[in-house]
Amino acid sequence: MWESFYQQFITYDGYKLVLQGLQNTLIIALVGLVIGIVLGTLVAVIHVAGTRSKVARVFAVVGDVYTTLFRGTPIVVQLLVFHFVIFLPLQLNIPGVWESVIVFGLNSGAYVSEIMRGGILSVDIGQTEAGRTLGLSFATTMLKIVFPQAIKNVIPTLGNELIAITKDTSVAGYVGTTDLTVAFSSLASNDYKIILPYIFLALVYLVIVIIFTVIIRLVERRLRKSERR
Amino acid sequence: MKGAETLSAAEQARTKVQKPKFAKTEKTPVEPVDPDALIEVQHLTKRYGDLVVLDDISEKVYPGEKVAIIGPSGGGKSTFLRCLNVLEDPTDGYVFFEGNNLCDLKVDINLQRRRMGMVFQQFNLFNNMNVLDNITLAPIHVAMQDIRRARFRQVFHKKGDSEKQNTAPEVEIRSKKQVKEEAEARAMQLLSRIGLADKAKVYPSTLSGGQRQRIAIVRALAMNPKVMLFDEPTSALDPEMVGEVLALIKELADEGMTMVIVTHEMGFAREVATRVLFMAGGKIAEQGPPAQIFGAPQNERLREFLSKVL
Repeated sequence: MWESFYQQFITYDGYKLVLQGLQNTLIIALVGLVIGIVLGTLVAVIHVAGTRSKVARVFAVVGDVYTTLFRGTPIVVQLLVFHFVIFLPLQLNIPGVWESVIVFGLNSGAYVSEIMRGGILSVDIGQTEAGRTLGLSFATTMLKIVFPQAIKNVIPTLGNELIAITKDTSVAGYVGTTDLTVAFSSLASNDYKIILPYIFLALVYLVIVIIFTVIIRLVERRLRKSERR
Repeated sequence: MKGAETLSAAEQARTKVQKPKFAKTEKTPVEPVDPDALIEVQHLTKRYGDLVVLDDISEKVYPGEKVAIIGPSGGGKSTFLRCLNVLEDPTDGYVFFEGNNLCDLKVDINLQRRRMGMVFQQFNLFNNMNVLDNITLAPIHVAMQDIRRARFRQVFHKKGDSEKQNTAPEVEIRSKKQVKEEAEARAMQLLSRIGLADKAKVYPSTLSGGQRQRIAIVRALAMNPKVMLFDEPTSALDPEMVGEVLALIKELADEGMTMVIVTHEMGFAREVATRVLFMAGGKIAEQGPPAQIFGAPQNERLREFLSKVL
């Protein structure tokens, strides 16, 4: 069993495939989350602003539709729809990884928007009022006062989202992206010795998630520190 | 961030809307605005659904006046104060500050609010910044904003079109560093005045209520406001800290700052105010100099109120 795995992994250059898969998985998860955070924050702010401005309210409805669509359908379905209904017919020659990045980013944005909205609402309204009465615009107040405080409150939940998206990337193979799962699966299918590759696959995901968890905890502690000085 | 840009666009769109926001106000034509009044409200009404919080109030505040607003809770005191800088949108009526209609969406409300300091019951210091940044954030930001706008005008209205240039405020072009240094110097000066210069670098969460409130007052002062609005500035304080905050407010009053104070400190109102408004049921039930309000109250509800609190 071990020899076979060793052979597949080292002798037949399986590790290159795995490294490729690891790289793709991390790209999809991290870039996807960054896109998700930007998108989600945008949707959340518009939603919050929608209570006071009619123009923003129109955009808020658009945001609601977006959130509903992407939270209401499975990620695999979204990948397939984007791949076969949008990217292929339009002949957009986007590399498979970036196709997945886009879909995962859009998907994550829908979840992050709710996280961010909660974060913004968790900051006392008095902070906004104080900013506005000093003559700062709504945007400036958000950017300089509300966001920095909201971010601290949402870091644990965002960490959750990072972990969730990392594991979700295992379905990127549906549209031909070589991610970790695809890489290990092909190792397994080369000689049908399937046990070790899949155990290692699980272990790699586990290690990635543990590393992320530690990083998130450090970031959170660091952000909180500034308050105690 | 991207969100901010979109929002500022939305905000701009908000200020550009041509249609008057209060269609109902067309029924009550704008009465002439008193040029001497610093703040003037006309037929101010605020409703939450069926609940009438402010009922057709018209009032003026002149420069140098210290107006104390007293009354039972739920009487509309705070809402009235928050309508003065349209933190609360009036349902009906007008608010004028130096002749500018604050309910008009064409008026840049942020520009007007710079000159109206506000102090809250809950202090509302920015928790994510140290004391110095709390005080300098707005002065630095608005100064840089003015400079950017002035630069923009210089580039795009070089000659001709001087009309717009003349109406725009004269802004001295300075570097961000200069602006920052000036703001910090001013902030330190204000902090020394309240004896908290050594707290410049600490975060608000480490300060006592009294210290926080005094810093909140100083933060408002850093914008050189023409009027200060106090929304129950001592109601959230421990009794032993009320004195230091009131002393600072009194000092400001003695320097001639125009102020409107919602307060439950009757002794303070009596001592500092030039005029006392008694608000109940969304109306100004009685008003006059403190001696008259506290000494010879006419209104039945005012007498009842005073008998309970004095």
